[in-house]
Amino acid sequence: MRTIRFLLQKEFRQILRNKTILAVVVMVPIVQLIILPLAADYEVKNVSLCIVDNDHSTYSQKLIAKITASGYFKLVDFPESYRDGLKLIESDKADVILSIPSNFERNLIRDDTQELFVSVNAINGVKANLGGAYVLGIIREFNSVIRTEWIQAPRFSNIPVIDIAITNWYNPYMNYKIFMVPGILAVLVTMMGGYVSALNIVKEKELGTIEQMNVSPIRKHHFILGKLIPFWILGMIVLTIGLTVGFLIYGIVPEGKIGLIYLFAAVYLVSVLGLGFLVSTYSETQQQAMFLSFFFIMIFIMLSGLFTSIDSMPQWTKVITWFNPVTYFIQVMRMIVLKGSGFMDILPHLLKVAGIGLVLNIWAIRNYKKTS
Amino acid sequence: MSIVEVNNITKTYNKGTVLATDSISFSVSEGELFGLIGPDGAGKTSIFRILTTLLLADSGTATVNGWDVVNDYSTIRNNIGYMPGKFSLYQDLSVEENLEFFATIFGTTIAENYHLIKDIYVQLEPFKDRRAGKLSGGMKQKLALCCALIHKPVVLFLDEPTTGVDPVSRKEFWNMLKRLKEQGITIIVSTPYMDEANLCDRIALMQNGKIMSIETPENIIKNYKKELWAVASPNMHSLLTDLREFELTESCYAFGDSLHLSFKEKNEDNRSKTLAFLGSRNHSSLEMNRINPGIEDCFISLMQQ
Repeated sequence: MRTIRFLLQKEFRQILRNKTILAVVVMVPIVQLIILPLAADYEVKNVSLCIVDNDHSTYSQKLIAKITASGYFKLVDFPESYRDGLKLIESDKADVILSIPSNFERNLIRDDTQELFVSVNAINGVKANLGGAYVLGIIREFNSVIRTEWIQAPRFSNIPVIDIAITNWYNPYMNYKIFMVPGILAVLVTMMGGYVSALNIVKEKELGTIEQMNVSPIRKHHFILGKLIPFWILGMIVLTIGLTVGFLIYGIVPEGKIGLIYLFAAVYLVSVLGLGFLVSTYSETQQQAMFLSFFFIMIFIMLSGLFTSIDSMPQWTKVITWFNPVTYFIQVMRMIVLKGSGFMDILPHLLKVAGIGLVLNIWAIRNYKKTS
Repeated sequence: MSIVEVNNITKTYNKGTVLATDSISFSVSEGELFGLIGPDGAGKTSIFRILTTLLLADSGTATVNGWDVVNDYSTIRNNIGYMPGKFSLYQDLSVEENLEFFATIFGTTIAENYHLIKDIYVQLEPFKDRRAGKLSGGMKQKLALCCALIHKPVVLFLDEPTTGVDPVSRKEFWNMLKRLKEQGITIIVSTPYMDEANLCDRIALMQNGKIMSIETPENIIKNYKKELWAVASPNMHSLLTDLREFELTESCYAFGDSLHLSFKEKNEDNRSKTLAFLGSRNHSSLEMNRINPGIEDCFISLMQQ
């Protein structure tokens, strides 16, 4: 115990003197949490729209007014023909063309049916998808509004209508920030555990100080605990700063118990620290450690479900995500923050992360040798 | 009584392709200042790392104070001091913090063994709040020595402690070693500098993983049976090539401002024949004197055998 205390004292002295690590611990979560949720915005605004209006009727005017009033679109031009509109798309000035045929109003009233033509620039997939969907949604609504105008009087509608009411549970306004901030916070804690710890251990190898430790009576588990505990604490500090920033800037208050978040993070950090420690036993220089950790953490984050849904991944990547601790942490963060999940709900995740941590740490300890 | 015993230690690297030490054996007596002398790559550091339990030998056995380097490694680690060739203290901790840290991990305190390091530490004391990384080369070595000594080791292993240190600090450093020896600590030191060999009680001359000779420095010089001459002229370069072509020459090499020359056979007229030969090669204002050999001359002569 005494040895560990002195190792920790030494470690904290070094960390507190290292301005970069301090900046990483304090500034990075603040800056990232301010910038990233704004950048990782899935709502598409300012879709450039041009309308080819061949009708110039009251109805076409109404439709145009409805679309521009939605706020999603920026009306850039009224080209004379579809051909001119296409030129605007080619020169990247427009994203969507809505073409209204001549006699739109007349045919709509007389034949009770009419066709509109929407073409979308699919270079930016997300924008095309959502832009197209918005236009279609507005047209559908326009359609139902004029229908209700026409059908009057009968006491019971003779057209059967299925009315759909949608409620978004846990995040009623679909505020993506509430959903992104816990995820990004999980990534930050992962970086602290998996990255900074690996670099720190390899630094001792690089400077040769590990040699001096190896000839001392310090036992293997003393050295390992002396390395892991400081970064475990730093990870917890990052989590605390992150939760505070989430509250102060985004007003996010976890629905569930904050204690549960800390409990899970405590176990989770042991698991990612194991990863960092494992990387350090395979690297000789800080550069190697950096690239090796970067490789794993990159894959873990890509497959974590932070940016894309795991459910839409192919089966074989889904299998990889079962062994990805980051996935579980992001899920649990969202469960507790958004849904208010309790201990029994997160228990399966907790056990899986503990299992992964056990494997990584045992592997790392077996691979760490004081003698070559 | 010998405190360090090395028996037929062989160590190879890269799956046996690089031979670091080739069946080396030697022993060091208690209280001795023992030197491993040899050029870079001779295998000195490998021996140190095997004796300090950092490296496992391929074959052979070694003991330190009766403890086996493989089985009793933890006892050895508790009782030896090791100063690696590369400065390996915490550069971001201060002088005092480093010393304190190494004292505590060995379960002792600075006060307890202060008498051992006192002579050295007084020189460091003015800088005790300075970060170790900011010290000068000589100061770093002194601090490293203090840290290796603070737990009163039975044997002190110093791997090239004076490499990259200025001549004055080197001299100071060896004086410190002498004083430590007087306190009864066995010291094993390696160095590529031949002039430091004279300061050891006994030395092992190493080359290519083998020990060529283990003797006191005096005996090594005594065993040098040949006559050695120092030859100098204004044109040293052509003098060297000419002397190497000379039929009586056994070896000739540059040594400071003169050439050291030895002959194949002892002869009264060696000197006059040499001067006559050099005269025929148009050398003028020649100087040629008998000299006593140094360790380096012995080393070169052993290397050629």
